[in-house]
Amino acid sequence: MPEAPFLRPPEHARTYRYDAVDRAFLAQRIAEFRGQVQRRLAGELTEDEFKPLRLMNGLYLQLHAYMLRVAIPYGVLNATQLRQLAYVARRWDRGWGHFTTRQNIQFNWTKLIDTPEMLEALAAVDMHAIQTSGNCIRNTTTDEFAGAAPDEVADPRVYAEILRQWSSLHPEFTWLPRKFKIAVRGAEEDRIASRTHDVAVQLKRDAAGAVGFTIHVGGGMGRTPILAQPIFDFVPEAEFLRVMEAILRVYNALGQRENIYRARIKILVRDLGRDGFLDLVNAELARMPVEPYRLAPEIVQAIRAHFAPPPFAPANGGAAALERATAADADFADWVRLNTRPHRQPGYASAVISLKPVGGIPGDAMAEQMEAVAELAERHGFGELRVSHTQNLVLPHVQLKDLHALWQGLRAAGLGTANFGQGTDIIACPGLDYCALANARSIPISQQISERVDALDRAHGLGELQIKISGCINACGHHHVAHIGILGVDKHGAEAYQITLGGAPGNDAAIGELIGPSFSYDAVAGAVETILRTHIAQRQPGERFLDTYRRIGQAPFKEALYAAA
Amino acid sequence: MPLLEDGRLVPDAWVSATEDAPLPEGAVIMPLDRLEQAATRNAPLGVSIGNDVSVEALAPWLPRLSLVQVVVPKSKDGRAFSQIRALREYHGFAGEIRVAGHVIPDHYAMLLRCGASTVVVPDGADPAVWEASRHVVSIAYQHAQSAETPLALLRRKVA
Ligand code: HEM
Ligand code: SF4
Repeated sequence: MPEAPFLRPPEHARTYRYDAVDRAFLAQRIAEFRGQVQRRLAGELTEDEFKPLRLMNGLYLQLHAYMLRVAIPYGVLNATQLRQLAYVARRWDRGWGHFTTRQNIQFNWTKLIDTPEMLEALAAVDMHAIQTSGNCIRNTTTDEFAGAAPDEVADPRVYAEILRQWSSLHPEFTWLPRKFKIAVRGAEEDRIASRTHDVAVQLKRDAAGAVGFTIHVGGGMGRTPILAQPIFDFVPEAEFLRVMEAILRVYNALGQRENIYRARIKILVRDLGRDGFLDLVNAELARMPVEPYRLAPEIVQAIRAHFAPPPFAPANGGAAALERATAADADFADWVRLNTRPHRQPGYASAVISLKPVGGIPGDAMAEQMEAVAELAERHGFGELRVSHTQNLVLPHVQLKDLHALWQGLRAAGLGTANFGQGTDIIACPGLDYCALANARSIPISQQISERVDALDRAHGLGELQIKISGCINACGHHHVAHIGILGVDKHGAEAYQITLGGAPGNDAAIGELIGPSFSYDAVAGAVETILRTHIAQRQPGERFLDTYRRIGQAPFKEALYAAA
Repeated sequence: MPLLEDGRLVPDAWVSATEDAPLPEGAVIMPLDRLEQAATRNAPLGVSIGNDVSVEALAPWLPRLSLVQVVVPKSKDGRAFSQIRALREYHGFAGEIRVAGHVIPDHYAMLLRCGASTVVVPDGADPAVWEASRHVVSIAYQHAQSAETPLALLRRKVA
């Protein structure tokens, strides 16, 4: 194979920098996949045998074509990588990509024969599709404000990268009963829907300042939504991977394999009970040698070096400049209020780039938009980017004085929507427009709801509101943990939608409750509007929809939705 | 069926006992529930288990056993990897660990890293394909049971 032409990343973007070993690993892995594709095309592998292999390389078969899911490890990306994603989108897809709740990107129109070449193009920027699907340990997700958020006690990227390496082609855990998703956060505030994951890790510090981990296990969505349970309060850093191994050993041995709907660890934990599961994990730990699984401080240190703070500039009156700019421009002020977050470095903020234009397709970005964002990231943010689980992009480190210029650049690229965390910031899965498992379309429903919510918001101000849509019970669109969740179902061969209310993904995580019978394709956006009008009529000052719902319960909403019928 | 060791086909010195037929001479692989019948013989003893058996159940037998065979029912069912690792790591089993059933070349390197010794491959299987698959990725980020990769965690190995 010819030496791959590696593209140089921006100097100060803090993505994990591959060394020669990491690159050799990727090159070998692509060669392996090329061989597997050839064996499949030559009939030496059955589709049954090939399927888990292609899935482990991120290749799905959808309704109309193959889909390639590319890992964006823990959602951290640099401008060079984003440009290369744009290149891939243009060269081998139809000129766009779809950012997902799993902080990955999907290319929906892939040809099997092209995939090894696409993977080589990705490898040129140290990217890959390894373990983005299949029954293995998937891409670890983390907080899009990692390394910037003022409330962070330790940097989750460091441990997410450790998990990435440890789980890559793990010899024991690559043929699990089902997919396995880990989320890591470094702040008390849960911005990553922690408890919907198979394992959720929260970084803590003890009195002496040493890092340890609170661990929850057994969360998941799908047809049986369950929130993860706490099993360890403070695992010392050195024991981190040992504990992860022990959890996976129990799951690999005892997780169900006959029925895919019962194969996730959430079912095992539920069936054994949290205590019963914990006993088995402790039994493994008691037998495991310590030394081979010890996470040595030198290794943590070496990985931490990749995520050192970039060379921040002194504050230099940025706050005053920002104040002048917001005073002069109400639209800009809205965007700053909604789409920026405080930064631990004085004079800086994190900026959210909404991929949710009103009436648009959640998470989609055109190649030109990716390039525009890459350019803006280089100009204003050290060339570093994040993908959030809400399907938006983030520039983690922007000087306050640059926010106005950034916003103007974003607006020029059609990316200036001010709606992060608002009702139009809808999460939606690809649904029946692409997905072979779908019952119903998600995208056009999302577009309709977005228009209606926008009108209501302009007239009444809705504040923080989470609407999430899945095209089937697999729940890729997180509808179970939405304030207003929408689920596509099949009703006598027609698309229909169930609505759940009162779910939440964060520190107050809850599974939404079904409000009543489903709505037709034509009626569902109207039903959402009815729910929101009920909220507006019933709310107390400052209440979000979720607060109103939790205070007054289902009845008024049921009444409004179904009384007429 | 052919036996693969270290990437080559090798002669098989073992005979598997069938359900109720009389025991063959010499080294014999017994089903778990008939193990006792062969235990007192003065010949090498092996056992064959399904991949749903906890290797704890074998613990009392291990000192007497020279071979443990794990049968994989479906290539995507990865329980054998944990069984094999547990035999080596928890029980210090030093005999032959043989994998039979629906095993594919793409399993091979990982099976070896978990501690397997040999694989029963389908008739007509090309050992070169297995050997190639074993070496295609020479780097690993994890601790392994095989003698060739005793490197510490995340200290990456280049074979
Ligand atoms: C070809 C398209 C896709 C297919 C075939 C697919 C398949 C599935 C299946 C079968 C499940 C259920 C797993 C279970 O309950 O055990 C699932 C869950 C999930 N998928 Fe997808 N998915 C697709 C696209 C996506 C996209 C685009 C996203 C992100 C927007 C996504 C994110 C998730 C999440 C967050 C879950 C639920 C969380 C969980 O229980 O793990 N998937 N997917
Ligand atoms: S929720 Fe269902 S329809 Fe939507 S992407 Fe997932 S599997 Fe497909």
